[in-house]
Amino acid sequence: MASTIRVRAVAGADTTEVQSLIQHPMDSGFVKDAKGELIPPHHIEVVQFEHGGKTVFTALWGPAVSKDPYLKFGFKGGKKGDDLKVSWVDNKGASDTLTAKIQ
Amino acid sequence: MLRKVLLVAALVAATAQPLLAAGDVDPQADFKAFRKYFTERFPKVPLNDFVNGPYSMDEGLRKQWQAKEEFPPYDFALDKGKELFAKPFKNGKTYADCFPDKGIGIRQLYPMFDEKSGEVITLDVAINKCREANGEAALDYLKDDMASLTAYMAFTSRGKPFDIKIPNDPRALAAYKKGEEYFYTRRGQFNVSCASCHVQNPGNHIRTEVLAPALGIMNALPIYRSEWGGMGSTSRRLTTCNSQVRGVPLPAEAEEYRDVEYFLSYMANGLPISGPGARP
Amino acid sequence: MRIRALIRVAAVLSAASFATAAIAASADDYKAAYAKAEAAITQAHALRNEWTTTAAALKAAKAAADAGKFDEAVAHAQQVEALANGSIAQAKEQEKLWPEAVIR
Repeated sequence: MASTIRVRAVAGADTTEVQSLIQHPMDSGFVKDAKGELIPPHHIEVVQFEHGGKTVFTALWGPAVSKDPYLKFGFKGGKKGDDLKVSWVDNKGASDTLTAKIQ
Repeated sequence: MLRKVLLVAALVAATAQPLLAAGDVDPQADFKAFRKYFTERFPKVPLNDFVNGPYSMDEGLRKQWQAKEEFPPYDFALDKGKELFAKPFKNGKTYADCFPDKGIGIRQLYPMFDEKSGEVITLDVAINKCREANGEAALDYLKDDMASLTAYMAFTSRGKPFDIKIPNDPRALAAYKKGEEYFYTRRGQFNVSCASCHVQNPGNHIRTEVLAPALGIMNALPIYRSEWGGMGSTSRRLTTCNSQVRGVPLPAEAEEYRDVEYFLSYMANGLPISGPGARP
Repeated sequence: MRIRALIRVAAVLSAASFATAAIAASADDYKAAYAKAEAAITQAHALRNEWTTTAAALKAAKAAADAGKFDEAVAHAQQVEALANGSIAQAKEQEKLWPEAVIR
């Protein structure tokens, strides 16, 4: 099955710029469906980016983050060809992970 | 000499076939006036940029949009659309068998006036006609599958200029005129027309949104709206516009909607398809 | 402009208190008002120009009638008729006025 994670990391002089798009419903738990019943919360809780064995970015998400979240950040270090590992876990215990090469 | 020229000119005018019924529908004159209005009102906006709607009107919004276009929110819908487009019907045929050029890079030709049925056919309607001709149930014009499919087809036409034809047929001219009428007619309890927002107020705010200019407003459809958290079809946008002014929407792809799409697409002839679009 | 007058009428009706009339409305009064409202809605529908608030007011009229509050129900039904008449007037007016808005 196709990954839910899309990531593009580009190495600069001393900073690597990372962008990612993750496919996830990110239901807050506050929205009602057509029948008037609450759609239960279903959202990513933790997103982690690892490079060279170290965590370079952690995001703790909750009900305020929208569907199919887009994320952009930069971290010091990283060079072309290095591995960047992205993983997420949601409130139902589901997870996904992807390793991409820094460009 | 001058008298001879004038005489010839008078004879030519008298014998020339009038393109218009009753001389009160002149799409070419409308086209020129429409374009002149927007280019004069927004002299700093390059002509082709009008297709980017609010982003051509607001620099801050544009920057956010450009950053997201590197990883557009409609990426998932595009993948879904590509899958749906390639999937064969139960009888083994595909959409490629219904459309010119196998359905790739043809979005800019729609809407078309169908001389057989005497109606305007939009891309969405053509998709359903293809399905029905091949024994498949029609797709709901307001739901995700139609939005994803048209998003993919629009994507294959990105950059191609709108090429809408109004054949020399009184029914086509009537459809064009009805579309023009729909666009300028006030509706809903708020008593506004499409023109009230998109001709009189592009670049201005309506609540928190920046209004798009009517010139090129069809070019980015279908659109992913952050407000919807997903891709929505042209029908979804038109029916929502109606209810937002407290007007009861007509059924999706009703004659009025197809005609207004025809009118607005013709006004954008020559401007590039920018769909699928991403909007706030 | 007639349409503005009609919108004002509809606004006044909706703001009006639904308290006791000199003679309390009966179920028959409600039925009559409802029939007039429905006739107006039918005409608006035929003109393909209806307002979302018309249907909302109709719901309120029915709810009040079901609860036996006929004064309120009649007032709501009259509001429905005013709103439907508003959209009818709008459609008829606009048929003549729209060409003036066209960019020339």
